[in-house]
Amino acid sequence: MSSSVAHEVSLGRRIANQGATAFAVLAAVLVLIPLLAIFVYLLIKGIGSVNLAFLTQTPKPPGETGGGMANGIIGTGLILAIASVIGLPLGIGSGIYLAEYGRHRFGDLIRFTADVLNGVPSIVIGIAVYSLVVVPQKHFSAFSGGVALGIMMIPTIARATEEMLLMVPNIIREAALGLGIPRWRTTLSISLRTASAGVITGCMLAFARVAGETAPLLFTAFGNQFWNLKLNQPTAALSLQVYSYAISPYDDWHRQAWAGALILIVLIVAAVAAVRISTSRGMLKGGT
Amino acid sequence: MNSPEPLGALQKPVVAVPSLARAGREPKTGVAAAVLRKIRTTHPPSSRIPDFAFGVIILLSAISVFAIVVLVVWELIGKSRLSLHQFGIGFFYGHDWDPVEGNFGAVPFIYGTLVSSFLALLLAVPASIGVAVYITEMCPQRLRAIISFLVELLAAIPSVIYGLWGIFVLAPLLREYVEPFLAKTLGWTGLFTGPIYGLGMLAAGIILAIMVVPVIASITREVMTAVPQNQREAVLALGATRWEMIRMGVLRNARIGIVGGIILGLGRALGETMAVTMVIGNRPEVAKSLFAPGYTMASVIANEFTEATGDLYLSALVEIGLVLFLVTLIVNALARLLVWSITGGTARVRA
Repeated sequence: MSSSVAHEVSLGRRIANQGATAFAVLAAVLVLIPLLAIFVYLLIKGIGSVNLAFLTQTPKPPGETGGGMANGIIGTGLILAIASVIGLPLGIGSGIYLAEYGRHRFGDLIRFTADVLNGVPSIVIGIAVYSLVVVPQKHFSAFSGGVALGIMMIPTIARATEEMLLMVPNIIREAALGLGIPRWRTTLSISLRTASAGVITGCMLAFARVAGETAPLLFTAFGNQFWNLKLNQPTAALSLQVYSYAISPYDDWHRQAWAGALILIVLIVAAVAAVRISTSRGMLKGGT
Repeated sequence: MNSPEPLGALQKPVVAVPSLARAGREPKTGVAAAVLRKIRTTHPPSSRIPDFAFGVIILLSAISVFAIVVLVVWELIGKSRLSLHQFGIGFFYGHDWDPVEGNFGAVPFIYGTLVSSFLALLLAVPASIGVAVYITEMCPQRLRAIISFLVELLAAIPSVIYGLWGIFVLAPLLREYVEPFLAKTLGWTGLFTGPIYGLGMLAAGIILAIMVVPVIASITREVMTAVPQNQREAVLALGATRWEMIRMGVLRNARIGIVGGIILGLGRALGETMAVTMVIGNRPEVAKSLFAPGYTMASVIANEFTEATGDLYLSALVEIGLVLFLVTLIVNALARLLVWSITGGTARVRA
């Protein structure tokens, strides 16, 4: 978009033009430096500490070297599984409602509440789930952590599903209905399947967003130094362990915090990349 | 409903979409088949009941979103009633945070949240607009997708990793180089004085700035893209330089949407918890110097909620959560209105 001007452009305007260009380039560089720095440090500091012990052992008592975060990795998987069981059906369901049924006032209300829920600070979700689930249950638990993260997944998935369904041309729905296929079947097997690649991407974004969440887990899953697979017991999570190790006074725990952070980001990136690749190859096109 | 089949030989296994499965498979000749076809086309299998059930299930999941928000508000109000009753409006101008005496005032936290968020915006707004201008107007076509992907990648990094990086990389950097330099050159303003810890308000502001850049930049990019190409061409045809074209043709038209993006970034900064908790120093006091440790509303909840002894203490923390919820609600609603007024509701708004 360069301007080729026939007449002479005054010096002041030329300087302003070049100054603005320089500023924009500088801004781009300044924004990308932290990104680069974070990934480089994660690799440098984390990769040396990721070993078999780290991946298979539970934490050692404070001050002792060695041990690992295996229970945190399992715990994160457990909490995310519960979150997906809650968040995926509710998110996709409300997305379908918004796109296929919600073209009126009530739909707008739901749309607005979904956006409100999306903007609620995660720590506030943690408080609410604490008093809704943890207090009646009288236990910090993996289940309550899953509920907190599941709630956070809903608005992202709902809006992504809605957006993708709206991109499905109406002609396809009409064709299906015209063949005598019931509306529910048309929605699930025709509209949703056509939009499945985008819906799955939206689900993965929601998943990646909550996978690293720490704040809502502080008083729901709570963390645990030992193995736990029971849903009603306090459970370790990778992000919680990274947090408590990072603010601890021990060098060995700092080293492990970097390793945990590296594992966390690798899990997130791998999950997103795997789905991106498989959807582009059409492997997941069939299932919704 | 289906009428009873007259001929056993024509019975087919029940399939979910009878009208589809049947097409073309039935015997084409014979009186019986013709009658059957006639009956089926005039009395198609009713889908009213399954359709109704599906509609109800879908409606319920949509209502659940609404119910969750109502429940969250209900719980926050219910659990903070004790503190609301005890302190009233005084909660918002009390300076003391003294769990031992049972005296709770939120001023240090409100101050810390506001200062760290505005510091973040001060740093992030020029950088985000610069990046957005670079991506939409200046960047070579090949780089465009890569750079916007990288900027969005910043949004995918978990908060706790920002905090970790802040503690072990950013804070030492600030302590050794940046803060001594600022103290020497700008110490006279009073903003950069006092003991240098590295961890403190300045570190929190910088970390938050990095975290809100992707929010502001992606909205800015979107509203700038929404400005019609004609505008650019018209301004260029009048002999404007590229910068004048961007300023007069693009930024001026997109400014309401950009403000919306900035407010959305503010909403994210206000509620951000982990990264700030890890680098702000966690000391409940109001200090003018940006080197001093502070405390935010989100981080006091994160640090003290599980250790709160006594109902009043817990209630005061929940009230802070309630205030945080209401403030982010207002900020986000305002931002959405502004962004929607530019893009006509098509922009994907993420908080």
